[in-house]
Amino acid sequence: MIRERHLNILLLAGFLAVPLYALAVDEPFTITLATRAAILALAAVGLNIALGWGGLVSFGHAAFFGIGGYSMGILAFHAQNYMPLDLGFAVLEGTKSMPVIWLVATLTSALAALAIGALSLRTSGVYFIMITLAFAQMFYYFAISWSRYGGEDGISIYVRNEFPGLNTLAPIQFFGLCFAALLLALWLNARLVASPFGLALNAARQVPVRVQTVGLDPTRLKLVAFVISGAITGLAGALFADLNRFVSPSMFSWHLSGELIVLIILGGVGRLMGPVIGAILFVALDHILGGWTTHWHIALGAILLGVVLFARGGVIGLLCGPKGQA
Amino acid sequence: MTLLRVENLTASYGASQALFGVDFTLAEGEVLALMGRNGMGKTTTVKAICRMIPSQGGLHFAGQNLHHLPSFRAARFGLGLVPEGRRCFASLTVAENLIAAARPGHWTMARVTELLPRLGERTGQRAASLSGGEQQMLAIGRALMTNPRLLILDEATEGLAPLIRAEIWATIAQLKHDSGMSILVIDKSLRELGQVADSAVILARGKTVWSGAMEDLSADVSEAYIGV
Repeated sequence: MIRERHLNILLLAGFLAVPLYALAVDEPFTITLATRAAILALAAVGLNIALGWGGLVSFGHAAFFGIGGYSMGILAFHAQNYMPLDLGFAVLEGTKSMPVIWLVATLTSALAALAIGALSLRTSGVYFIMITLAFAQMFYYFAISWSRYGGEDGISIYVRNEFPGLNTLAPIQFFGLCFAALLLALWLNARLVASPFGLALNAARQVPVRVQTVGLDPTRLKLVAFVISGAITGLAGALFADLNRFVSPSMFSWHLSGELIVLIILGGVGRLMGPVIGAILFVALDHILGGWTTHWHIALGAILLGVVLFARGGVIGLLCGPKGQA
Repeated sequence: MTLLRVENLTASYGASQALFGVDFTLAEGEVLALMGRNGMGKTTTVKAICRMIPSQGGLHFAGQNLHHLPSFRAARFGLGLVPEGRRCFASLTVAENLIAAARPGHWTMARVTELLPRLGERTGQRAASLSGGEQQMLAIGRALMTNPRLLILDEATEGLAPLIRAEIWATIAQLKHDSGMSILVIDKSLRELGQVADSAVILARGKTVWSGAMEDLSADVSEAYIGV
């Protein structure tokens, strides 16, 4: 068995090496694939906080991914059209600044997660899954009918947003930004899990009644985790929209929520790098198998079945053993 | 000064009533033994005090009416429970179990591991891999880390080896004498209870049938209600 810490370092080094090699041999498409993997990994790292550590099987994290995406799309749309954004109570200028967009995307996603979480956490189990799915679908259908921002056709952004000192149109520089965001999220995740809050959250997932007897409110712990989780997934949505320079209602779709769960299960639920391995595998399979057939999801389904039946801890569990032993 | 006052406490599990009127008071710094045969309502009384089940009647702790408070708020007022069956957080290590429960006050990780040296030797070990006695000590340590005003021990020595039981009774005595901690203890060992408890309450069929100073507990009363 490999020690999980060593595997994590190897994995990150390998992940970084791929786009650097692609840069050396002038393969910008591979860099874009790596960027997509980094963004999906970031979204799944967010979900893993709620699902892996909080035990909250959210089937509606596409809502936050979409909110992040639309935050970027709306701000950039108003900036590129030189059209002020009238909120009713205030009039704002659009912006092409990535840091501002990320801040807005993170905050709006966190606020949405607070509202959705506060209502959804009144339920548990299958009802929690259904209510989070319902919220995401509400956003999906709202986006379809939101004609001001393209309705079903979405919003196209002609030029990628700007980051001070960088040329974000250069694939390797944009990958660097996404990879840095992923590293930051992983660091935050690791710190969170080891903190008293993370330990209490872990305990609340196992025995919610017992944590109450030591003065901890399991619902509040889970809500905080859900908000942090939604905020990180929202940031990933903003980056994803910037990668494609396009946002559409599909960012809110339940397929995406399902894909994020699949990534985590593939890599390892509640394992720090589980979402990263899952995202790399997902993008690689999409690229390799997708080149042979459009029905590549059948193969993904078979792999997922194999993981669920024979490798309950995902790829990390297979390589490093069950949680707590690695 | 009265720390806990329980008056005519009643509680039910659905349609089945378990408590029919429990009364007792516990003073600051007092060790009170809650006794009775199996199924007489001792654990239910503790659950009602800790707000883990709904109940009716008077329930006052440190001047605060505990009724209508959720369990975690009652715990924050200073109720530290060592539950029956230990129930540690299995996937967390000893240190993590203690940190997760920690609230500011006298009891820190250093003090808890000084009181319970077995825990200090196993801080990095997962709770699930501890022996029954060590898990019991961890449950006591976890409750102390909440810095309670009242420590409630529900069958803390049940099913443990004599050596470990002796260690736990020694710990309870040390908590009483060194820290002056208020303790509500449920146990079946009348001999050990007699050594640490100041007063006793006996429950039968969900009601208080006897209460008084521990030294006043006669053999006739204990034979009639406890069977020893």
